[in-house]
Amino acid sequence: MGQVSITYTLVVPSETRQLAQVRNFVTKHARQANVAEEHIDALRLAIDEACANVIEHAYQGNPEKEVHLAMTIEPTRIIVRIRDHGCPFDRTAYRRPDVRELSRKRKSGGLGVDIIRRLMDKVEYHNQEGTNEIRFVRFRQSRQDGFR
Amino acid sequence: MSNFSVAFRNADAATILSVCGELDAHTAPELESAIKKCRDEGKINLIINGHDLDYISSAGLGVFMAFIEEIRTLGGDIKICALKSKIFDVFDLLGFPKIYHIVETEEEALSLFERGIQPIQGD
Repeated sequence: MGQVSITYTLVVPSETRQLAQVRNFVTKHARQANVAEEHIDALRLAIDEACANVIEHAYQGNPEKEVHLAMTIEPTRIIVRIRDHGCPFDRTAYRRPDVRELSRKRKSGGLGVDIIRRLMDKVEYHNQEGTNEIRFVRFRQSRQDGFR
Repeated sequence: MSNFSVAFRNADAATILSVCGELDAHTAPELESAIKKCRDEGKINLIINGHDLDYISSAGLGVFMAFIEEIRTLGGDIKICALKSKIFDVFDLLGFPKIYHIVETEEEALSLFERGIQPIQGD
């Protein structure tokens, strides 16, 4: 594998129908770089969740906007950056969701951020001059937690 | 073109919704419509057969959360069966097996309805 680091980038319109393309992009490049399938499953889901949040919340369904994705594959870890210019995610209002409570309240949303946090080893949010960025990292060692 | 579809089948004890393809924020409304259709027709014993489901994100899981309370209040339930292991892992990650019957086969799911097994109430 060597010590090289490769970054793949993708820009898609802010539409939910683009999510399949995003997932195919992640799977294709991660497989080409020999990333283990358990990591690919986790990355594909976390990236889908982050992009869906941008499309639905940051851009509130405006298809004129764009979602920017960069995935860097390093020998020991994969780093993902997803950038938008919409409404920033309010971290102060976030609390870990409870599926039972959400079900009782008949809510369909609120699980995406939790999925990202459970699957990734590190999650950071940045907001600068109208640009929001979520960055997350998954280490490539084998693991018992998260996805088998 | 959507990469998701739902097919309906009626058994004596339940209506079976076989889901196929990828369930994400784009396709989740199709499952939502399918469950609404069943509810409106008075079909409240529902089995989601996930044998051909290749992917699920939180938007897909959200459909179950949105309907389970109402369906159970009406006296029915949503039971889930035949998930591939990587799909089950997503349900499991968020604790769904503590609230929903998730079983290996459609026969098992039907049997739960036939035997009148109550929905999981949780803690």
